[in-house]
Amino acid sequence: MSILVLAEHHDGQLADATAHVVAAAQAIGGDIDVLVAGQDVAAVAEAAAKLDGVSKVRVADGETFAHLLAEPTADLLVALADDYSHVLAAASTTGKNVLPRLAALKDVAQISEIIAVESADTFKRPIYAGNAIATVQSEDALKVITVRSTAFDAVGQGGSAAIAPVEASIDNSLSSFVGEELAKSDRPELGAARVVISGGRGMGSGENFKILDNIADKLGAAIGASRAAVDAGFVPNDMQVGQTGKIVAPDLYIAVGISGAIQHLAGMKDSKVIVAINKDEEAPIFQVADYGLVADLFEAIPELDSKL
Amino acid sequence: MKVLVAVKRVIDYNVKIRVKPDGSDVDLTNVKMAMNPFCEIAVEEAVRLKEKGVATEVVAVTVGPKAAQEQLRTALALGADRAIHVESDERVESLGAAKALAKVVEKEAPQLVILGKQAIDSDNNQTGQMLAALTGMAQGTFASEVEVEGETLKVIREIDGGLQTVSLKLPAVVTTDLRLNEPRYAKLPDIMKAKKKPMDVMTPADLGVEVASRLKLVKVEPPAERQGGVKVGSVDELVDKLKNEAKVIS
Repeated sequence: MSILVLAEHHDGQLADATAHVVAAAQAIGGDIDVLVAGQDVAAVAEAAAKLDGVSKVRVADGETFAHLLAEPTADLLVALADDYSHVLAAASTTGKNVLPRLAALKDVAQISEIIAVESADTFKRPIYAGNAIATVQSEDALKVITVRSTAFDAVGQGGSAAIAPVEASIDNSLSSFVGEELAKSDRPELGAARVVISGGRGMGSGENFKILDNIADKLGAAIGASRAAVDAGFVPNDMQVGQTGKIVAPDLYIAVGISGAIQHLAGMKDSKVIVAINKDEEAPIFQVADYGLVADLFEAIPELDSKL
Repeated sequence: MKVLVAVKRVIDYNVKIRVKPDGSDVDLTNVKMAMNPFCEIAVEEAVRLKEKGVATEVVAVTVGPKAAQEQLRTALALGADRAIHVESDERVESLGAAKALAKVVEKEAPQLVILGKQAIDSDNNQTGQMLAALTGMAQGTFASEVEVEGETLKVIREIDGGLQTVSLKLPAVVTTDLRLNEPRYAKLPDIMKAKKKPMDVMTPADLGVEVASRLKLVKVEPPAERQGGVKVGSVDELVDKLKNEAKVIS
């Protein structure tokens, strides 16, 4: 068996998610190659070559692959896929955009967001917002899979894989990149943070989210939000934790003013320790919280800040 | 331009789901079903394009059992002009649905196809991308804003780090994210009128495609229950527990 992992990268840096996807590839077993596609990605390729368990890093560097638009990236994967039994990517907005396109072009099913590897053809994945776990088996010759990166521990960085360019001529007349508006933050990414502190509708306004800043700084935390807070217009959607937002599993998750809709729980219930601060003692969030504090958040948060 | 909008019948998002005791699947007997919420956003967007004079016709399509005609009637009540039902009682997953939809696209030749980004039952997030692949179209997934600009389509996409804008050659496929719009409710007179709108019924065989899932569903089980913990009485107690019991802060 041989596995190709599509590397995830942003701003010329390899994203943490890739080390988790390589771990999923190790659980399947076999030779693991990493494909780094993009523009000016030499540094990304070098970082990928250091990941434990990687045999070879294949690099497709060129303007066509800038921003990893789905159409050319899927065509590139189609050109390479015949050498592999599995193609894996993170279940990020990039992986989810590109891999189904590859699967359809190869006439195979795609298996979304796996959380466990049972064998080389059998995987577990959450369905119904994580309210059920399905075990699915693929008989396709090529398995195309996205991986929930929080479900697999990252591999180490003691490797030294060979780096080789990919010869493939791909063009793209279907789509073009116009621009990007990325949230700028010195804080860790939501998906990779060790601590996440999230606010819900109880925060009352976008302005009030600022009271979470100090605690986040002290704990090195990322700041998230529930869908209710996003829908209310308090904060942008890229902060959303939940079934329709980001899936997180940090060591510590602090839910502030979040009632705990199923939709939100789907995005954070695999966190190691969950703290809930809510003034409604009946809030469902307390049923999953390790430590619940029934309190007005506007009193509890400043106090917590002063005591950390 | 003609807009095709695909919808899926799924369990209502308010229903608490139960896994069948034999672990074969989720129990859907006597459970309230509804249009997938992301598909409602897709229908709304298509109808708004018609109201703006950009779309000339909105055609709703579904692939699924006979009962899915309810969801097509909902789409018609919301403003779609006519509907196409590709009837199948098999367990259809994304690839099969995309193949059937690709055949419908071939017949109808829409300039734009709008789908929900994912269905809340299988949570696959695949069908739109697969349809785009099979029809050779560009794809604008997880859209939060869509604008037709002559022969191209500008799509603002929700990506992990923020927003990305792409320009796609038409015809194209768009999948909806939550913030694209807020769907309206169907009004009673429109629900009555929808009953008279045309609906074509066909089978996957009529279209010459196989839609049965190629993934074997080995088993379905409830997730591991998370044990609820304790309530703490004060911020001091919380900090103490986090430091000394959970050891997650120092």
